[in-house]
Amino acid sequence: MTTGGWITMILSVGFVTTLFAWCVWKVLCGTEPVDKLHSLDSIDTKDTEKDS
Amino acid sequence: MTNGQTKEAWSSRMGVILAVAGSAVGLGNFLRFPGLAAKYGSGAFMIAYFVSLLLIGIPVCWAEWTLGRYAGQKGFRSSPGIFYALIRHPVGKYIGVLGVIIPVIIYMYYVYIEAWVAGYAWYFFFTDKLNLGSDVAAYADFWKRFIGFNSDGFLLGPGQGQVIYFFIPVFIINFIIIYRGLSAGIEAFCKYAMPALVVLAIIVLIRVLTLGTPDPAKPDQNVLNGLGYMWNPSKAEASMLDQLLKPELWLAAAGQIFFSLSVGFGVIITYASYLKEKDDVVLSGLTATSANEFCEVALGGMISVPAAFIFLGAAGVVGQGTFGLGFNVLPLVFSKMPLGWFFGGAFFFLLFLAAITSSLSMLQPGIAFLEEGLGLTRKQSVAWLGLVTAIGCLFVLYFSKDMKALDTMDFWIGTVCLFLMATVIIIYFGWVLGVERGWQEAHKGAEIRIPDFFKFIMKWVSPTFLIVVFILFVLHDIVGWDFKSTKLQPTGYVTDLIGEKASGVARLTMALVVIVIGFFALLTKTAVGRWDRAATEGKTPTGDKS
Repeated sequence: MTTGGWITMILSVGFVTTLFAWCVWKVLCGTEPVDKLHSLDSIDTKDTEKDS
Repeated sequence: MTNGQTKEAWSSRMGVILAVAGSAVGLGNFLRFPGLAAKYGSGAFMIAYFVSLLLIGIPVCWAEWTLGRYAGQKGFRSSPGIFYALIRHPVGKYIGVLGVIIPVIIYMYYVYIEAWVAGYAWYFFFTDKLNLGSDVAAYADFWKRFIGFNSDGFLLGPGQGQVIYFFIPVFIINFIIIYRGLSAGIEAFCKYAMPALVVLAIIVLIRVLTLGTPDPAKPDQNVLNGLGYMWNPSKAEASMLDQLLKPELWLAAAGQIFFSLSVGFGVIITYASYLKEKDDVVLSGLTATSANEFCEVALGGMISVPAAFIFLGAAGVVGQGTFGLGFNVLPLVFSKMPLGWFFGGAFFFLLFLAAITSSLSMLQPGIAFLEEGLGLTRKQSVAWLGLVTAIGCLFVLYFSKDMKALDTMDFWIGTVCLFLMATVIIIYFGWVLGVERGWQEAHKGAEIRIPDFFKFIMKWVSPTFLIVVFILFVLHDIVGWDFKSTKLQPTGYVTDLIGEKASGVARLTMALVVIVIGFFALLTKTAVGRWDRAATEGKTPTGDKS
């Protein structure tokens, strides 16, 4: 492992970890109502009840 | 606010994070990414990967969430409908077809790989078939027989490749869940299953990092050199600059970003169209991206590639192909762990759950289109889509030799078309809607603000980057133009289709792709007629009174 390798690894892993931690913090400390935040498959497509 | 209310608010916010992480993680993180990192073999790939993430992955993700929600306010819920509403030009609606055929065709092979994962979970938990000792060749041989790699039609013969026994239930489970509207239950389950997958991945990572030098006769094959293989920017055979000058490296890196983040699939734009005007898209999109990247880079990339290097050496890693690392090397790592059967089984089972959430989301664009375009009910749409995807899946399953059908679809649809769709989205956001207007739309109800320099990136850098890389890719990897000698030497994906060395299977696969595209283009033509009539009668696209 070269010095360049260590730098690339630390920057890469550090960046994705910090970004994820920052997003978690922002979600937890958010000011907007929580139901305004969404994951893709938690979005209600409103078509399932039409068939039932 | 009382303590109880505060606790409840935190718990529901934590629920959002878990749901986002659950939907973001998929097969791309733990199987496709390590395979590509190993193939392109160095930190140079990671540099291209991060540049692609910052300049196109995150910007296109925000643009897609925003455009989906924006078009949703106009009453459209499917990709052709969304582009019909966005681009008031006859070509617009056909561009939107991309957002249906991409997830439908990727689903045709994604569910096949999902069956491999289910099979490996079963074998670890209930049999000792994956207890194959320390020789990686034994694992490779098992995997090839399992998926029918050695000959076409192998999987449908009696007593042959067993993946068919997993494929059928996996395919049926996907459609039962979507047919009965049970996706919410799966999503609730994954809220807890995905953190478990992350914990398991961390345990496996610790095991890999403590492997030391397993074979004293090969002292070079140790953990540090394994990490070096993954992260060193320069290689003995090529400098970092030489590697970064290869267009295919950039296309692979950008393609992985799109595949992994589901950007340019037509999935995000479809789901976002169901959002309310003031729902957040900026933090939602970025949280999904960051959860995905954390799993991919900090876990997926740190496990398989160094482990493969330790057991196989540099030459062996390169020869593993995209999926070899996940299905040949990881089982070997599990065999070196105490309770390896349990960790292996749990890892592949949780990965299977992650894959199911992804494959279910790939079905929604097709369902939304059939509902909106043809006026079908959800169950009718699911049934029709089930028929189309079943034909495609059986095709991929039958033509399993060298994974030719899968590979052809993954290249032309899972890479080239993703690129095209992403380019359309970012150009629309930056130039047609206009970056200022797009900025306002993105920030409606946003929990955070996007840094202003992203305006410049989304208007100028992202489209230029996508177009330049795509042109270089077409010249170098499709036409086969050698930039030094200026000779034309078409690559395998082209010679598979044209010329003396053409592959019958590749041609058939391309014919299937063209038929699927034509089928959905015809349906779109019919749908546009309905939408035009609905508009003149003052109704919504689904025919209800507006």
